[in-house]
Amino acid sequence: MQKVNLCDACSKEKGVQDPTGFALADLLLGIGAAEEIEKGASTEKCPVCGFSQADFKKTGRLGCSACYITFAEGLSTLLKAMHKGTEHVGKFPQRAHRAMELNHRMRTLTENLQKAVAEENYETAASLRDQIKQLESEIAI
Amino acid sequence: MKFSNVMATAGEWLRGEGPHHQIVISSRVRLARNLRNRAFPGWAKKAERTSILDLIRPRVEELTEMQDSFSESLQELSALERQVLVERHLISREHAAKGVGSAVVMNRRQTLSIMINEEDHLRMQSIRSGLQLKQAFKLVDKIDSALESKLEFAYDQRLGYLTACPTNVGTGMRASAMLHLPGLVLSELINQVIQAVSKIGLAVRGLYGEGTEAMGNLFQISNQTTLGEKEDEIINRLSKVIETIIEKEHDARQVLLQKKSNTLWDQIGRAYGVLTYAHAMASKEALNLLSIIKLGVDLDAFPEDRRLPIDELFIDIQPAHLQKSSQQKLNAEERDHLRAQIIRERLKLFPKPDISKMARESGNGSTAGPSNNE
Repeated sequence: MQKVNLCDACSKEKGVQDPTGFALADLLLGIGAAEEIEKGASTEKCPVCGFSQADFKKTGRLGCSACYITFAEGLSTLLKAMHKGTEHVGKFPQRAHRAMELNHRMRTLTENLQKAVAEENYETAASLRDQIKQLESEIAI
Repeated sequence: MKFSNVMATAGEWLRGEGPHHQIVISSRVRLARNLRNRAFPGWAKKAERTSILDLIRPRVEELTEMQDSFSESLQELSALERQVLVERHLISREHAAKGVGSAVVMNRRQTLSIMINEEDHLRMQSIRSGLQLKQAFKLVDKIDSALESKLEFAYDQRLGYLTACPTNVGTGMRASAMLHLPGLVLSELINQVIQAVSKIGLAVRGLYGEGTEAMGNLFQISNQTTLGEKEDEIINRLSKVIETIIEKEHDARQVLLQKKSNTLWDQIGRAYGVLTYAHAMASKEALNLLSIIKLGVDLDAFPEDRRLPIDELFIDIQPAHLQKSSQQKLNAEERDHLRAQIIRERLKLFPKPDISKMARESGNGSTAGPSNNE
């Protein structure tokens, strides 16, 4: 068995019939990926780094970490096809962990506050409001 | 530490002291990390790449593991020096092609190497001898934890670590082992193994990674996917597959010893003859023949203390090492002559293959010896 890597031009030259099948994105991400990317709004640019979907099609690499948010829709299909799962379950940075915890605490406090207000339990609501303020200052750090 | 120091000492992983070291040459684990909201190296302009490098490099150099490290910008290294680092697997071929805004930092023992602005802002790699993927991960994990407190890594709660190529997203981890599989190649079982491994989501590659040819019966096996599985799960899965391949390789060698001992002795004898007397030799031929001699050491045709000189030759005869040690640029023909000369010199004190011990290995004492068993 011999494996030959061909680019678009060479595949045409060597008479390989379906040159669209050799788009880099396809090679990298599996057949159909290039089409998938094309379907998305190809003019959309990443607000952080100015990268577009057309650039991704060309290079098979993204522009910056924010591109994962900008192009989330198109990427989700690709990632699904490419990996074992769709959600990360491994190591995480400690600072991400801390942010996650604070966010979670904030959500719980806000929910409780709404409940307390609805129940006209003003003493509890005041105490919850204080806790939220305290937490907000922690998050700001 | 200077480049000459790097050149003078082989990496610790070459000493072949790890578990299963006869078959598993080395275990490597690399983690890819990026800074949040900064353009990835392939997309960043020169000025941004340089500013990212200036941000990361001091943080890497001040790590405890990097005391007395070798740290150099890529543009400060000659093409030959970069190639030497590639041949030692300390930087990737992609990284060797980089210039301004990229650097490499590695520890003295050459067991930890950090590439800055390769495809990702950070590529941290740990290498160990033999099958030691867990230990390799442990070191690189520790380095990652030390760096994450000083640098803000791009991380998403759902997708994990964000990387330039979506194939690395999640753990950003690639664990791989370099296996020496002459038994499976000689018994023509290797393609079966490669196909089986590919089917379970692992990749098999040649000596220098993606898109490279298998030479010297050396194969790299690594995980293909990085999202949806924990680091230790990936490593356990990979280790199990490698252990199975090690068993298959041992089985193949036993079958060769018992059923095709003549072919085996012929191969070892020819490899010894050509390496001892040839005056011109290309890398590929040299690696393939050295692989057979290495198999000979495993099978007791050569004494165990000859193992290290052979393992060292695997590295020393590669084009950049050859030219760096001779301190001159050589064309292909000159390299082939020099390569043959170095091999002849190192094999001067090498005893002739002793097949009597090997015959005993075949487990059938009564038919020991080069009898015709066809």
